[in-house]
Amino acid sequence: MADNESVKKTLLVTLALCVVCSVVVSAATVMLRPLQAANQALDRKANILAAAGMLQAGVDVERQFSRVKTRLVDLDTGKFTDVIDPLGYDQRKASRDPALSEPVPQEQDIAKIQRRVKYAQVYVVGGDDGAIDKVILPIKGYGLWSTLHGFIALERDLNTVAGIGFYEHAETPGLGGEVDNPVWKASWHGKHLYDADGKVVLKVIKGRADGSRPESAHQIDGLSGATLTSRGVQNLIQYWLGGQGFAPFLANLRAGEA
Amino acid sequence: MAEKTRDILLKPILSNNPIALQILGICSALAVTSKLSVALVMCIALTSVTAFSNLSISLIRNHIPSSIRIIVQMTIVASLVIVVDQFLRAYAYEISKQLSVFVGLIITNCIVMGRAEAYAMKNPPLPSFLDGIGNGLGYSAMLMAVATVRELFGSGSLFGITILPLATNGGWYVPNGMLLLPPSAFFIIGGIVWALRSVRKEQIETPEYRLAPNTVAGAV
Repeated sequence: MADNESVKKTLLVTLALCVVCSVVVSAATVMLRPLQAANQALDRKANILAAAGMLQAGVDVERQFSRVKTRLVDLDTGKFTDVIDPLGYDQRKASRDPALSEPVPQEQDIAKIQRRVKYAQVYVVGGDDGAIDKVILPIKGYGLWSTLHGFIALERDLNTVAGIGFYEHAETPGLGGEVDNPVWKASWHGKHLYDADGKVVLKVIKGRADGSRPESAHQIDGLSGATLTSRGVQNLIQYWLGGQGFAPFLANLRAGEA
Repeated sequence: MAEKTRDILLKPILSNNPIALQILGICSALAVTSKLSVALVMCIALTSVTAFSNLSISLIRNHIPSSIRIIVQMTIVASLVIVVDQFLRAYAYEISKQLSVFVGLIITNCIVMGRAEAYAMKNPPLPSFLDGIGNGLGYSAMLMAVATVRELFGSGSLFGITILPLATNGGWYVPNGMLLLPPSAFFIIGGIVWALRSVRKEQIETPEYRLAPNTVAGAV
């Protein structure tokens, strides 16, 4: 045991250890990768369905998702595009890629996203009659501590909110984290995004929306104790459903020209 | 031997708890205890890492040159942590998302390194393995206790099942928001340490020094 301290033994132990450990680690990574990728894809689909209020517990997510078609939209023209395969498109990656995204001028960047993708994935839910039943749009923007990533689903008229959901954020639990509260998310259902002139009028207000007044159709109760998160949500809705975001696409879709 | 095995396994739970007595591994006890289900998975992850790192270090303990022993331990622990992380991502995706970096941070958990250095380097494989499980259980007991308090009074539920209906959802219970934030675990752990040391007086540490009075009595 005395020669344990020799240089030769030290190098030998180091080498053997490194070989064994790297084999174990790479074996685990390589063998489990397909399962992990499947989990990620499934998670994304479940999030999309949940935002649209279509996720049913106990039913296979893949089967539920078969009604949903993934399409790619050119945000500048507001039309569907096929330049990239929408299924293989990674929007998060694209928003950092200079070839696929553009910096947002500061005065327009109300959602503080810094770069906007040229092409955005949208999810179209087909109805039984072949027409569009729901459209689900990806949204993101800065809250208090973190970028909120989520989806908003619109009903067939492309004005009424069918649902909203954030699948990733790091807001304060119990305060801004209440964006995950099912009751609050349900309060979005049936609200109207645009006024008659096509302006985004949906607002997250401070306090409670008074249901007896007509403007409450455009108002969401603010989250108590989370003014900045509420404002962040308000801004990201303004941005993504406004002229810089999906408004041209929705207008085309409504006119049947997308 | 049977007596000794029991001691190795059960002593770390109450009489030599790694968190309550040795005050190790506090960081993850703060971070992952806002929900019971997440805390449970963290406990299983840490227990298996501690057990298997102890086992493998003990197996090669007579061949580790003492000049590089910490690096050797770190390499083994780090590899095990990566394997556990990969398994969680493959089989418990939802929870691994909530644990995020904290699985990776098991590498820096003092309990794992502490047991490797204090026990596995000097003892045969089987007792070392059991020692790892025992200390993992001690850590788990503490985490589950903290998570029970935090989830019940912070979100009104246990394992996600509503126990106290929340006022925001039409119930009567107004949750304590502080319990959802990591620092609240400090208070709970402190309370448990105090309770434990009140019952088991032998766990009270002897003071290392006493503060001297800053004025001599009678001088004024």
